[in-house]
Amino acid sequence: MRALGYALGLPAVLVAAWWVASDGSTNVFLPPLRTIVEAFRDVWFSGTFVSDVVPSLWRLAAGYAVALAAGVTLGFVIGRWAVPRALTGPLLAYFRVLPAPVLIPVLLVAVGIGDATKLVVITVGAVWPILLNTADGVRAADEVGLETAAAYRLPRRTRHLLVLRGASPQIFAGARQALGLSIILMVVSEMLMSTDGLGFTVVQFQRSFAIPQMWSGVLLIGLLGFGLAKLFELVERRALRWHRGHTGQLTERR
Amino acid sequence: MGLAGAATAYEILARLFFEPAHVPPLSAVVPEALRLLTGERFWTATGRTLSAVAVGLVIAVVAGILAGFALGSVPQVRRATSSTLDFLRPVPSIVLIPVLVLVLDVRQITVLLVAVSCFWIVVFQVLYGLRDVDRVAVDTARAFRLGRLARTVHVTWPTVLPYLGTALRLIVSVALALALTGGLVMGAAGLGEMIWSSQESGESTGMYALVLLTGGLGIGLDQLARLAERRLLHWHVATRREAVA
Repeated sequence: MRALGYALGLPAVLVAAWWVASDGSTNVFLPPLRTIVEAFRDVWFSGTFVSDVVPSLWRLAAGYAVALAAGVTLGFVIGRWAVPRALTGPLLAYFRVLPAPVLIPVLLVAVGIGDATKLVVITVGAVWPILLNTADGVRAADEVGLETAAAYRLPRRTRHLLVLRGASPQIFAGARQALGLSIILMVVSEMLMSTDGLGFTVVQFQRSFAIPQMWSGVLLIGLLGFGLAKLFELVERRALRWHRGHTGQLTERR
Repeated sequence: MGLAGAATAYEILARLFFEPAHVPPLSAVVPEALRLLTGERFWTATGRTLSAVAVGLVIAVVAGILAGFALGSVPQVRRATSSTLDFLRPVPSIVLIPVLVLVLDVRQITVLLVAVSCFWIVVFQVLYGLRDVDRVAVDTARAFRLGRLARTVHVTWPTVLPYLGTALRLIVSVALALALTGGLVMGAAGLGEMIWSSQESGESTGMYALVLLTGGLGIGLDQLARLAERRLLHWHVATRREAVA
């Protein structure tokens, strides 16, 4: 109960403060929160949801899923064997520091405008943190554990799974980073080259000076980011339960 | 060797499967990049981007450290604010673009974007660092009658510093990415804008060259951040061990 009070206290105060402070606002750019909430209901609980939010979410999900699959697979191969690691080393170092948004114009030229481009932007941008973390995690696999597995003549497949399992905390760390990145890339790519989607709608509202509607879109993107981060945390906590318990992090955090 | 292999693979793929207008081969991109390096336009744009990065970083680091210490030093404050911080952090800072475009000019927005995103990283690293402070060391300092300020300087600060080193490495690349985004999305003068305009005018070779150079810039900044981190933490165990090895 106390914890709940702590968790909800400040947000409640802040929202209330926003509500009261903005109530009589006549500033065109800072409409009253009441108006924003009304706009939120009008805009997003209507056809816009299907025509703009759903495509956004679909692109995000598909792009992220491909990034996850490709990142873990390639990261595993690169982390596990020395030859691919040596071959890809300099290239990886380069892509690690190349800022993801500059890929948008490149892909725009290489692939053209279309749904595919946005997918590719999200995938290509989000794949690096996953790939690099997976490679690092796989490389840092427990030597003794691996040798024990070899001594017991566990089949090759089992040993690969063992490595992957050991690397999973780090894979999750990369995947979390990639999730934030793919939301950013989704919004930016829609702002730059789209005719639907969240980023496009918000920019459209802004250009037509529909300020409360624009604010409601900003609010929705914020909520989306928050919601997905929480969802990810939930999945991570379930998947890494063995790890947290094992390392005593669970007791330490309380 | 890996680099040469990748370059060759790219060259072959580009020549076999793509139009030069879409994916120009490396043999065309590299000379173009060299040509850009000798021109003034590239350096002006780079200077603008870097100045946005630098200003944003300074704001983020100062504000982040102050806010982190203010929030993290008092347990009640930290508990009361943690849910709000957790809510605000995953909100992508680019959602601010449409809002800010109405009130500020694009350069200020770019700096603000850089500052806001990096601010969160710094705040959270400071909070993690404060959680890591050794209770025994604090109690020892207290037993020696060190005041609050002296305790902060001699006990808390050295514990937080490695976390800030990590933050530094993270925020440098984030800052560059956002400074470029500002140019791409809003046309704020700088490298991002230059890339976007060369894409729009169909000079794909020039655009690829710019992207190639941007990556080089990223490497440079990354190395700089690593160097600064090592300088900052030259006394730290991890750095010393690295030096021996």
